[in-house]
Formats: sequence, structure tokens, C-alpha cells
Amino acid sequence: MSSILIIEQILNGLQFGVMLFLMAAGLTLIFGVMGLINLAHGSLYMVGAFATAAVAGATGSFLLGLIAAMVAAALAGAIIEMVVIRRLYKAPHLDQVLATFALILIFSEGTRWLFGSFPLFLDIPDVISGPVTLPGGIAYPIYRLTLIAVGLAVAIGLWLLIERTRIGIQIRAGENDREMIAALGVDISKLYTLVFALGAALAGLAGGLVGAIQSVQIGMGEPVLILAFVVIVIGGIGSVRGAFVGALLVGLTDTLGGVFLPEFFKLFMETGAAQKTGSAISSMSVYVLMGIVLIWRPTGLFGARS
Amino acid sequence: MKVDERVCNALVLFGMLALPLWALAQDEPFTITLVTRAVILALAAVGLNIVLGFGGMVSFGHAMFFGIGGYAMGILAYHAQTYMPLDLGLFTFEGTKSMPVIWLVAMVVSAMIALLVGLLSLRTSGVYFIMITLAFGQMFFYFAISWAAYGGEDGLSIYVRNDFPGLNTLVPIQFFGVCFAILCVVLFLVARLRASPFGLALNAARQSGVRVETMGLDPMRIKLVAFILSGAITGLAGALFADLNRFVSPSMFSWQLSGELIVLIIIGGVGRLMGPVIGACVFVALEHALGGLTDFWHIYLGVILLCIVLFARGGLIGLLTGKESAHV
Amino acid sequence: MNRFMVAVTAATLAATTVAADVKVGMITTLSGGGAGLGIDVRDGFMLAIAQSGRDDIEVVIEDDQRKPDIAVQLSDKMIQSERVDVMTGIIWSNLAMAVVPAAVNQNVFYLSPNAGPSPLAGKGCHQNYFNVAWQNDNLHEAAGAHANSAGYTNSFILAPNYPAGTDALTGYKRFFEGELAGEIYTQLGQTDYAAEIAQIRASDADSVFFFLPGGMGISFLKQYADSGIDLPVVGPAFSFDQGILQAVGDAALGVVNTSQWNKDIDNPTNAAFVETFEAEYGRLPSLYASQGFDTANLLLSALDKAEPSDADAFRDALRAAEFDSTRGDFAFGPNHHPVQTIYAREVIKEGDIFTNKIIGTALEAHSDAYAADCKM
Repeated sequence: MSSILIIEQILNGLQFGVMLFLMAAGLTLIFGVMGLINLAHGSLYMVGAFATAAVAGATGSFLLGLIAAMVAAALAGAIIEMVVIRRLYKAPHLDQVLATFALILIFSEGTRWLFGSFPLFLDIPDVISGPVTLPGGIAYPIYRLTLIAVGLAVAIGLWLLIERTRIGIQIRAGENDREMIAALGVDISKLYTLVFALGAALAGLAGGLVGAIQSVQIGMGEPVLILAFVVIVIGGIGSVRGAFVGALLVGLTDTLGGVFLPEFFKLFMETGAAQKTGSAISSMSVYVLMGIVLIWRPTGLFGARS
Repeated sequence: MKVDERVCNALVLFGMLALPLWALAQDEPFTITLVTRAVILALAAVGLNIVLGFGGMVSFGHAMFFGIGGYAMGILAYHAQTYMPLDLGLFTFEGTKSMPVIWLVAMVVSAMIALLVGLLSLRTSGVYFIMITLAFGQMFFYFAISWAAYGGEDGLSIYVRNDFPGLNTLVPIQFFGVCFAILCVVLFLVARLRASPFGLALNAARQSGVRVETMGLDPMRIKLVAFILSGAITGLAGALFADLNRFVSPSMFSWQLSGELIVLIIIGGVGRLMGPVIGACVFVALEHALGGLTDFWHIYLGVILLCIVLFARGGLIGLLTGKESAHV
Repeated sequence: MNRFMVAVTAATLAATTVAADVKVGMITTLSGGGAGLGIDVRDGFMLAIAQSGRDDIEVVIEDDQRKPDIAVQLSDKMIQSERVDVMTGIIWSNLAMAVVPAAVNQNVFYLSPNAGPSPLAGKGCHQNYFNVAWQNDNLHEAAGAHANSAGYTNSFILAPNYPAGTDALTGYKRFFEGELAGEIYTQLGQTDYAAEIAQIRASDADSVFFFLPGGMGISFLKQYADSGIDLPVVGPAFSFDQGILQAVGDAALGVVNTSQWNKDIDNPTNAAFVETFEAEYGRLPSLYASQGFDTANLLLSALDKAEPSDADAFRDALRAAEFDSTRGDFAFGPNHHPVQTIYAREVIKEGDIFTNKIIGTALEAHSDAYAADCKM
């Protein structure tokens, strides 16, 4: 296996990880600030993808589509926060799980009712389609490089937001002591809605970006949701930094496991069987990674120590 | 008007028994099959309720045991039906079509896996526990999908239901009888367990591990035993479910199924003895009634579930019997 | 769809007053991610029933949600409660394997409008089971044959790691005479194929064969087109049917795929089917819709000759398959699977709509590899 191929696969892993980060950042913020397990986060990702496809299809502008994705997902997020989630902050985790599970059902079938049962069309804009040749002769799609860049930009933006702005101070304070910041005169319910909408917008953005190279269809959010949960658990729930590290770890493990495990089994098995065994084990690799991390550090890599 | 919880429990069990008998008289065998499905799901959720309700450990991977039970049935019956002995290296095993043997295997294997998973998972708590159990469930799911020897994604069909001495299990009402009897026995044992010193210690461990420790008990050990019992019961339910459908597939391991089991318990009432049973009845009835109404029935199911969370805290039992403490 | 719902409701209402003579149970996927296929099969099937003008046929339709255990439960309901004579509708092989063997052993006829798992074509064949679509390997075998005639000598092949995926690669290899540059099993439900595409790029393949049904195929094709690799791609029709082509867009243009049906097959039945389907539902029919339509017409042709209660006569009438198929000539082999021509199609753009055009024949009068194992 050539070094070019290995570098290309590492880029693929990075790109996957960065997209997972967009999903995971919102989840981990929402959990950190409000203590809420939001299973419906994958539905917001789907809302983003459908909004992008619909708006890009109508206007021909992918950028407008992405803006629509963030707006639509943020709106959907704000609405469910105000109508449903708000009543559940004091409820046990279990009630939150059931309520957000119910929201998945409503969102999935509602989207199908609006857009029909067939996948929607969404394509990469011409300017950033096709491959580019990187130093060393690696041909790599421009769009995937763009995804890595956007993801990193969002990560930096989030870091600045949390570390350097007034809202960021409130978010951090909210994670530490809810009663105190309410006592200090911060409108806590507005802050919650805002954080929820922000997390939703990030998920919507991820949906729109990824929708361009994948299939925009009902149920597209759930597989990503599960992986995003794996990411925030590995990183330590509530930690945006942990989500970033976790996302890259998961992205790289998943991609490189799928490539190298079959190669590894080929050393002592015949090709077809090695492919099947390797692929079977690689599909479990992310969960094995999570198991190992949790057994080693029961609250994740960057989680609060009890 | 509030009802006494014991009266409520008795009424539910009576209803579960009366409906199939009525269906038998009306010659509506499908209704019997439907109730049997509710009984089996209830059994699985009763198992889960031991850790989730009594022990406060939210396992999001209990489909793992349901699937193990299912595959225990599938593999044993497959070898018996194809007359291909299972080669275990040291000795070969013919496979079996006998239900009691299958149940035993399903429970023992589930318990052993629960021991391993529990040892590793119980190091964590809260959301981390939810996620690590999910991770183990997913590992089994992907393993089953790639396990070509037993059908992989396609699953395994067992054409004839397994045998129970003295009964023809293919007759819906007889198979229902077997399942219902098991559910009653398990409910009785779980009720005894909850009132036993072990059950009290488990309840205490849920509320405060430290206090249990100061009493000289090891909370980890109590929780682990509960986890094993719980896994074995859910595994037994899995074996019955496989026999009901005469079919096993990796979907028995799916995280959606783990989620559904949790949903059953919440609908009925967390930590209540009969919570899972009521939840299973309501869920199966909703699924059946709404599915016939519209293509988009998931929306209505979602709305109903939301209403239960928002307006019926403590589940349906809580709604009926009032705010009596769930923990004796 | 709404109009058709009314028709079904009307039929159901009618049935409560006057019992229908023939009852058909359709179990298919109508909700969730795979709903498009089930809806097409259902719409095609109901179109043929409506066109027949027969009001003595009641069709009970249920949604299996693509879950095997739900399908088994519905099958119990169809047989025990509805007491249907004929069952049909299942889309997925794993659901078919869960339902069909038990159903046909309870003296119900099963007509498969889509899935054709190999056990049911070989050792597990049954006199009451008829497959109106194809045996699962067929389209892949045709893809292999097409690759030969296109002069490909070194293929890179990939499919998801599950039984139908294994069957696909086996089917392709059964007919393809060249070398394999690579063979990959991907995860079921995988959405990102960057790693696989990188391996294709690094290989010395001269062609790519893939079987990735539904959303997986959309993702793969979009990413493949964006990668800049220009090796020719072959695949079975499942990633290029009318329902999903619009979602793939330009990325699919020019791709050759194999199918037993296309909307430009030149016969009056097919022309009328395409026209009436489009008029009724406002969209072009897909492969699946044609299979649903053919399944209903096969059933109708048999009902003209015999009642399902006379099982032997009804079975003979089904076996004769004397109906006008959208595929032209249609005949069953000894294992009740079609012996048919499989075409190579190319994806083209007609106005704003992406669709397929037949460019040649991949396999003539093709049966399947399992017929010899079937002892009926």
C-alpha cells in the first residue's frame, strides 16, 4: 500500500471526523448546559439536508441552501425547545430519552409527508467540484478539502464564542451552576433556547454540507446521531474540546479500520474471507474504541472527574 | 379517582388472559398472536426494569440479551432441523427442538454475557453507562450481520415452532399459554425479589451507593447481580420471541429495539412491577390500531408518546394509581 | 396516491358488506427510508387491479416498516385473521426469507414482486412460490456478461457485507471472465465511500462494478463522480431506478446498468403501462412499479382460469403465465423463477428528467444458477 494512498485515507478520516464534530459539538453543548440527552439531534441534521436540497433546488444557489439549512434547523430547534424540551429539564434522563425519541418519529414521518418518500437531489456547486492535485501527486476532491476547512473554521469560531464573548461566559457559567447565573440576572430560559438553536444550526449545517455528497433521505440522521453520541462520550460529555478530539479519533478509526483491517487479515487468509472478516471487525471498531476509552476513563477523555 | 395498584395489576393480568380466550371463542387467532407478542415484549421489559427501574441503571443495550436469546433458539433449532451437528471441537452437539432446553441455554448464555458486559460497564454511571451499554449492543448487532454461518443480515428461519412436552405449540392459544405462564412466574419471582433483602439493597444502591457501602455491602456486586438476572430474563424473552416468529435476525440486536424496551417501561411506569406489562400492551395495541389508519402513523405514535411524557409523569400506572412511591 | 387510497378504502368498505371472492394480502414497505420501493410496487399492482375492472378482488395492504419481525406478524395476520388466498408485496430478501417459507407451507400462494433470495430458487423452492421479478443474482450476472462484451478485463468490485451483497459479487464473478483488481465489502448502510474510492484510484482496474441499493448507491455515485476517476461503472438497475435517479443527477449520466425492464421496451402493454402510470400518479414508473404491475397481471390471468381454492388448477394457471408482460415475453422456469432477457441500459437525460435507455442485450432467455437444485 503506497504512502499516497495512506495520506489520502488519513484526509478522508479527518474529513469524516470534522463533520462528526459539527454534530457532536451541538449535542455536547446542549448536554453540558442543560443536562439534556437529545436523541432528536439527528432529525435536525436531516432537516438541514432537506432545507439545503429544497432551497438549492429552487434558487440554484448552494450557499443560500446552506444558510436555509442553518436557519431551518435553528428554528426547528428553538421551537421544540420552547414547546417540548423546556418542560423536561427537571425530568429524569429517561423522560428526555422518550420525549426526544418521540420527536424523531414526528420529524421523520413529517418530513416524508412534506417531501415524499424518494431521496432528494442535492449536488456540489460546480466551482468546488472535481479533484485537485495536492503536493506529492495526491488527487483529492476539492469539496472534501472545503469540508475540512469549514469544520475547522467552525471549531475555531466556537472556541472564540465560548472563551471570548459574553454569551460564552454565560454558557460556561450555565454548565457550572445554573441557579447562580439565574440569580445574577441572566435570563436562563432565553440562554437555553439560544444554546439549543445554536446546536441545532450546527447540526443543520452538517446535514446540508454532507447532503451534497450523500443521499438526502428520511432516516439519514440516525446513524450519524449514534456516532455523534459515541464521539461525545469518548471526549467527555459537555466538553467541546473533547468532542473535537473524539470526533477526529472516531473519524480516523472508522476510515482507517475499514481500509487496514482487511489488509491485515489478508496476511494469513484468502482475499474474499479476509475482506469479509476485516469489514465485519471494522464495523465494530468504533464501539470497541468507545468501550476501551470508557473502561480506561469512565467519564471520557476530557470529562469532569468525579 | 385513584385505583389501588394491586387491583390495577390484577385487572391487567386478567385482561391479558381474557382477551385471547375471547378471541379463541370468536375464532380470531391473530388477536391471540398479538397478545402473545405483548406478553413476550412485556417479559423482556420486566427483565430490563430490574436494572432500569429498581437499580437505576439505564441500559440502552438490552436488545443484546434479547438477540442472544433469539439466536440461542435459532442456532439450536437450526442444527436440529438440518440434521447438521454443531461441531464444538471437543464434542458435537445435535441441536435441539425442545423449548425447555433452549430456554435454559438462552438464559445461561445471556447471564454469562451479562456478567462480562456488567463487569466492564458498571465502572461507569449515568449517561456514560447508557452509552457503553449501547456500544456493546452495537458490537453484537454488527457481529450478527456479518455472521454468514447463521444467515447474516437475512437471519434464520425455523419452519416449525419448537416443542414443549404435551403441547402443540403451533396452535396459537397453546403457545400463548406457555408464554403467559412464564410471564406470571417471572412477575411473581421479581415481586419476591424486590421485597427481599437483596431487592432492598438494590433499591438503596440506586439511591446512594456510599450509604450501602457504609452498611458493609458492596453496591457494585449488588448491581452486577441485578444486571445478570435482568439479562437472563430478557434473554428468555428473546428465545420466546424467536419462537413466536419462527425467525431470528440481527434486528433483534438493534438499538431501536433497546429503545423500544425502554419506551415500554416509561409508558407503563418506571420501577413499578407491572409497568412494563401495561406498557407492552399499550404499545402493541397502538402499533396495531394506528398502523391500519394511515401511512404516516409514526407521527401519531410520536405525539401520543410525547403526551405521555409531558402529562402522565410516572407512566400510566402513575396516572391510575396516583403518586404512591414506586419503591416499596 | 390519494385517489388510490380512496379506491382501497372503498374496496374495504364494500368487503364488509359483500365478501370478496378473492383476497390478496400485500405486505410491503410503506414507511421509513425504503418506502419508495414499496410504494412503487403497490401503485403498480393496484393500477393493474383497477384496470381489470374486477370488483371481486380485495387487496389488504400492510406496512412492514422493513422489519422482519413485523413482516412475520403481518403474515400471521394475513393468514390467520384475513384468511387471504394469495400473498405478495415483500421488497427485501431478509423479510422474504422470514415470511415466505412459512406462508407457502400453510397453503397460501406467494407471488414475489421483488425479492428473489437464492434458497427459494434452489433447495428451498416451493410449488406455491412464484417469483415474478428475478432471482437475486440475475442482474449481477448480466452485469458480468456486459462487462465481457464491453471488453473489460480487470474489474474492481464492491458490495455491502450482507448476504445479498455476497450474492451480488458471486453473480458478477460467475459471468465475468476478466481479472479482479480488487474486491471490497462495505458496511451496510454506509454513507461515505471516500476510502473505497481511494482504493479504486490506487488500483489498476479498467472498470468498476458495484451493488449498493438505495441511498448507499446515491452516495457512492455522487462521491465517485466528484473524485475525478473516469473508469467506466457497471451496476444492477437498483441504483438507477426512476425513483432515485433524480437524486443522483448528473453523476449517473452515461452509466451502464442491467435490468429486465425499461420504459422503452417496445410492446403495447408496456407503452400503455408507462402512459397510464404517469397519468395516474404523476411520475414515471420505476422497475419496481413494473414488477408490481406484472405481478398483478399474472394473478389476474390465473384468476380468469381457476379459483385459488382449486389449488392445483390455480397453480397450473400461474405456471402457464399467460399474461401480457411489460417485459414482452415472460415464462417461468422449472423453479417458478422467470426465464427472461436482461438488458443493458444507459442513463440519459430527457428534458429535465433523468431516465434510462436500452443500449443492448446483456443475457438472453436467462434462468438462474439454482434451478437445478430445485426438486418440486
